[in-house]
Amino acid sequence: MIQALIFYLFASVVVASALMVILARNPVHSVLWLILAFFNAAGLFLAIGAEFIAMILVIVYVGAVAVLFLFVVMMLDIDFTRMRAGFSKYLPFGLALGLVLAVELAMVGGAWVFGDLALDARAAPVPATQLSNTQALGTILYTDYVFIFQMAGMILLTAMIGAIVLTLRRRPGVKRQDISKQNARTPASAVTITRPQLGAGVDTDAGVQG
Amino acid sequence: MSIGIGHYLVVGAILFTLGVLGILINRKNIIVILMSVELILLAVNINFVAFSVFLGDMVGQIFAMFVLTVAAGEAAIGLAILVVYFRNRGTIAVDDVRQMRG
Repeated sequence: MIQALIFYLFASVVVASALMVILARNPVHSVLWLILAFFNAAGLFLAIGAEFIAMILVIVYVGAVAVLFLFVVMMLDIDFTRMRAGFSKYLPFGLALGLVLAVELAMVGGAWVFGDLALDARAAPVPATQLSNTQALGTILYTDYVFIFQMAGMILLTAMIGAIVLTLRRRPGVKRQDISKQNARTPASAVTITRPQLGAGVDTDAGVQG
Repeated sequence: MSIGIGHYLVVGAILFTLGVLGILINRKNIIVILMSVELILLAVNINFVAFSVFLGDMVGQIFAMFVLTVAAGEAAIGLAILVVYFRNRGTIAVDDVRQMRG
């Protein structure tokens, strides 16, 4: 009973906030609704015992992806009212396509209900021993799926380098600290020893440069 | 009344449909389109985890993690492209992107 209550609470909030993500007028509000949806999806995962995925969802989606969205939405100065111009034009087509998709997914569910379960085909059955969810995940992830795990790391590295290279911009006319240039300076290039004549000034052109 | 796999699949299906609907009705706003893609990937994750738990197969949760990885990378690259595009053109209207071909 309490399980059903928790499920319906989280599921209804997920669906409602997902609806608000696509309907909100202000993209900042969309991002905030998206964060709520992610939190409640994590609650759904917790309710069926997938604790690790739930925590990763909160950390990665809410902590990184949603905040990234928030930064970009607030950083770019965009006229959002003009963005909504085609909203009503696309709505009937969108609703029709969404309906077709929902019917198709319901048919998939029906095929699942009436089909046979192939439990022998499981690749990695949940261990019968008292392992926690995180331990059970780790024992598979770092053994059977270690190459895919490494590949996921490479994907993240590629994404990181790509994002940096895309957005890095060198503006001319900005003074920056150049550490290698500083280290390359020697006393010979930095200091000039002069012996000025009495009463005459120091020749500034021969003096210390920069 | 117990919660079965069907309940979770229905939530996943609704989220997926909402994501596709979001892409279609927010055609001009590419930020909301990216958020809709995140919603679709969340629906995929819900399906993966639900099948994983109710069939007792850990691989579903492993793949949910990989989906999460790809989603994070996709969001980072997509937003980086968006920032560069905005810097060059001063707008993010998707209608104008066709001018980039060539």
